Amino acid sequence: MKQSSTFRLSVLVFGFAFLYIPILSLIVYSFNKSRLVTVWGGFSTQWYGRLLDNRQILDAAWLSVKIAATNATGAVILGTLAGLALARFGRFRGRTLLSGMTTAPLVMPEVITGLSLLMLFVVLDSALKQAFGWNLERGFTTITIAHITLTLAYVTVIVQSRLSSLDDSLEEAAMDLGARPAKIFFVITLPIIAPALVSGWLLAFTISLDDLVITSFVSGPGASTLPMVIFSKVRLGVSPDINALATIIVLLVTIGVIAAGIFMARQEKRRQRDMQMAAAAK
Amino acid sequence: MSARAEAPRRHRHSAGVQLILDFLNRLPPYRWTQSRLVRWGITGRTAVTAIPYLWLLLFFLVPFIIVLKIAFSEARIGMPPYAPLLTWIDGSVAQVNLQLKNFANMFQDSLYAKAYLNSIKVAAVSTLFCLLIGYPMAYAIARAESKWRHILLMLVILPFWTSFLLRVYAWIGILKNNGLINNFLMWTGLIDEPIVMLQTDFAIYVGIVYSYLPFMILPLYSNLEKMDLTLLEAAADLGARPFKTFMTITLPLSLPGIIAGSMLVFIPAVGEFVIPELLGPSDSLMIGKVLWQVFFTKRDWPAASAVAIALLLLLVIPIVLLQRAQAAEARGAHR
Repeated sequence: MKQSSTFRLSVLVFGFAFLYIPILSLIVYSFNKSRLVTVWGGFSTQWYGRLLDNRQILDAAWLSVKIAATNATGAVILGTLAGLALARFGRFRGRTLLSGMTTAPLVMPEVITGLSLLMLFVVLDSALKQAFGWNLERGFTTITIAHITLTLAYVTVIVQSRLSSLDDSLEEAAMDLGARPAKIFFVITLPIIAPALVSGWLLAFTISLDDLVITSFVSGPGASTLPMVIFSKVRLGVSPDINALATIIVLLVTIGVIAAGIFMARQEKRRQRDMQMAAAAK
Repeated sequence: MSARAEAPRRHRHSAGVQLILDFLNRLPPYRWTQSRLVRWGITGRTAVTAIPYLWLLLFFLVPFIIVLKIAFSEARIGMPPYAPLLTWIDGSVAQVNLQLKNFANMFQDSLYAKAYLNSIKVAAVSTLFCLLIGYPMAYAIARAESKWRHILLMLVILPFWTSFLLRVYAWIGILKNNGLINNFLMWTGLIDEPIVMLQTDFAIYVGIVYSYLPFMILPLYSNLEKMDLTLLEAAADLGARPFKTFMTITLPLSLPGIIAGSMLVFIPAVGEFVIPELLGPSDSLMIGKVLWQVFFTKRDWPAASAVAIALLLLLVIPIVLLQRAQAAEARGAHR
C-alpha cells in the first residue's frame, strides 16, 4: 500500500512539473534584462514598459478583448438554449443532428473550420451584395461569428451536463403549480445553472482570446487580433516582450479562474444548504 | 425556523423577476408577437430549439457543403478564385463544370500522401504518449483524498485556460540550442555541445503531448473516479495481486475513458498547424500545415478545399468512435 502511494505521488509531481515548468519559465524570463531571453542578464522590468509603448500590440489586444466579450455573451445565450433543448426536451426530431453539430466543433481541426467558414463568408458576401448591395466586411463581425460557432459547443456541453446532473423535480413542481415555462426558466432553472453559465462565459472568452487559426482564415485586412500579432512575432524567434505579455495573460487568467472557482463553490454550497432545508421543511 | 428566515430573501428575488415578466406582458408588441406565434404553432419550446439549430446549420453545416462544392471546381484568377460549378448559357441551358482534378492531384503528388500518412503517425504516437503519461496521472488524482482531488483537477485544467499559443511558444525557449535544457546540461557538464531539439520531429511530439495532455486526463479521471471500488476490494480479498486486479478489472472498465481521451487528442492533433509550424522543421509534412500553405501561399482555394475534405474523411471514424465512447460514458453515469 505504501509503495503504491509513493508511486502515485511521484506520478503527480512529474506530471505537474511537465505541465507547469514551461509556464513558469515564461514568467521567469520575462524579468530577464538580456534580449536573448534564455541567457540570464539580471533582473529587469523593462520589457513590461516596452509593451505599454507598443501600439500594435495594444490595439490588437483591445480588438481581441472586444471580440472575446461579444463572443462569450453570444455563445452563452445560444449555448444555454441548445443545452436546455438537449437536456430537457426529451427526444425531438433532429435531436441527433443538433447534438452532433454541437459536439463536432469541439474536436474539428481548426484549419477545416476556418477554411469552411471563410468560404461561407465569401459566398454570403456576394449574395448580400447582389440582393441588398450590402458589404460583409471581413473583420470584427466575421471573427465574432466564427468564434461563437466554435465556443457555443463548449457552453452547450457545460450547460447540458449541469442540467442532466440535476433532477427536474423543482421545474415539474412549478409546472404543476401552473407557472409558465418562461417564468420557470427565469426563476428556477437560470439560478441553478448560473455557475455553469459563468464558467461557460469565461471559457468562451479565453478560447476566443487565444484563437489563431480560425481567426487568420476569417479575418480581413486591417483586423489583426492579439494571437495573430504574437504569431507573426514568434515565427521570427523568441522575444522578451512576448514573455512579458504572456506573464500578464497568465496572471489575469489565473485570477479569473480562481475567482470563478470560489464563486461557484459558494453557489454550490448555498444550493446544497437550500436543498437540505427544503428537505427538512417537508 | 431557519427555512422561514430564508424565505423573504427568496421572495424578493422572484419578485424582481416577476416585475420584468409583468412589464414584458404589458408591452403590446410582446403580447401581439406571442399570440401570432401561438397561432402559427410556434411555442417557446420550438423557439428555444430553433435558434441554436439555425445558427449551427448556417455557420457549421452549410460551410462544409460550400467547401465540398469548391473542392470540385476549377481554380481561376479573380475573386472568388474558383469557377462556378453551374453556368447558364443563354439563360436556359445549364452547363456543369465538375472537376475531379483537385482530388486526382492529391493522388499524383506524393507530397499530399506523405503529409497525410505523417500526420496520422505523429498524431497516433502523440496520443500513445499522452495516454502513458495521462493514465497514471488521472488514476493518481482519482484515488487521492477527496479534499485534494478538486485542487489537483483545477491544476490540470488551469494550463488549458492559459493561451495555447503562448504555451507552445514557451517550448521554443526550453528546447532551442541556448535554451533551458541545453543550458542546464552544459552547466552540469554532461554535454559539451548543445543537442539540437528545436525544429525536429521530437519537438513536435513534445508540443502535442504537452498541449493535449489535459484532454486525455479529464475523461480518464471522470471514468476512474466513478469506478466501483468494491470490485477492486473483492479482487484483493480473493487474493488477486494489484497488477492482476488492474489488468483484469480497472483497465477494461476504463476503456470508454481511454477511447474518449485518445480521440480527443488524436482528432485535433492530425490537423494541427501551430505546433509543427513553430516547433517543427521548416519542411515538416503535416496535413494542417499543407492546407495552410496551399491556401495562404499558393492561394489555390479549390485545392485547399480538396485537402480539407480528405482530412475530414480521415476523421469520420475517430469522430464516430468518440461519440460512441461518450454515449457509453453517459449511460454508465445514469446507472
